[in-house]
Amino acid sequence: MEQQREAGTLGMWIFLVTEIMFFGGMFLAYTLYRTFYPAAFASASNHLDITLGAVNTVVLILSSFTMAMAVYFTQVGKQRPQVLCLVLTLVLGVTFLGIKAVEYHEKYTDRLIPGKLIPGAEFGPDPHKLHLLEGATLKQVEMFYWIYFAMTGMHAVHMIIGAGLLTYLIIFSLKRRFDPEYHGPVEVIGLYWHFVDIVWIFLFPLLYLLGRHLLDH
Amino acid sequence: MSEHIVSVRVYATIFLVLLVGTALTVWAAFLDFPYGLNTIIAMTIAVTKATFVVLYFMHVRYSARLVWVIVGSALLWMAILFAFTFADYLTRNKLSIGF
Repeated sequence: MEQQREAGTLGMWIFLVTEIMFFGGMFLAYTLYRTFYPAAFASASNHLDITLGAVNTVVLILSSFTMAMAVYFTQVGKQRPQVLCLVLTLVLGVTFLGIKAVEYHEKYTDRLIPGKLIPGAEFGPDPHKLHLLEGATLKQVEMFYWIYFAMTGMHAVHMIIGAGLLTYLIIFSLKRRFDPEYHGPVEVIGLYWHFVDIVWIFLFPLLYLLGRHLLDH
Repeated sequence: MSEHIVSVRVYATIFLVLLVGTALTVWAAFLDFPYGLNTIIAMTIAVTKATFVVLYFMHVRYSARLVWVIVGSALLWMAILFAFTFADYLTRNKLSIGF
């Protein structure tokens, strides 16, 4: 049993390495374009809602904590708190997605969806609402939003998959399938959930916080 | 190797560290540091937070050596990805032959 559990963890880690490579490509694109268009990236970033971003960071960190606690309660064989922690994790994950949806809608009403993806709402923000720092152009701001939506979008897709996996865990833990002897799925899905949290730990400062110190100058 | 159960106290401590890190990074973002230090500070905090998550929430600190090797390999390949790409892009205008 011990060997099986270790093999499962190892397999999950190998999958997570491929995930790191996958997100790594987008982080690379972000770094390159930010190097080319620093002023535009700072201007575009300043338009993001820092409060919603920070609240979402806390929500996700809290959900990582409850996930870790779910693993703990499984390991010590306490079924009721285990189910409770899994449900809390799911609720927090859905909360995160809800807040993200509010932010996306805000970008939609401000016409910041890049390209012509949505008919009637092509990229074209009101110049009074988006303060362009010196040296920034709208075309470059649009590039920031391509990257913003690609990265946060892929992150949200991972959250949705995570919510599905948590639902499976809740159903099976209600059936008392996991105990100190067998709990590979709880641990492995926990690893996935923490990974998605880590991606956000990097996305938050990189997308939301890069231009705030330039605002009053 | 028998399974190591991380205590509630450790989990709670890490959770608090992550909250403090989040508050710190938001606070630091509004201060204007010289020499582009803002990005370096933000990334240092993010890497620290991620390290705590990996070591404790993801149990890597108590995991087999092989897990360490796999996590390390991910970091190595990321370093190669960034180093080689930037070695190209950042040196393009230094050549006179043109692209």
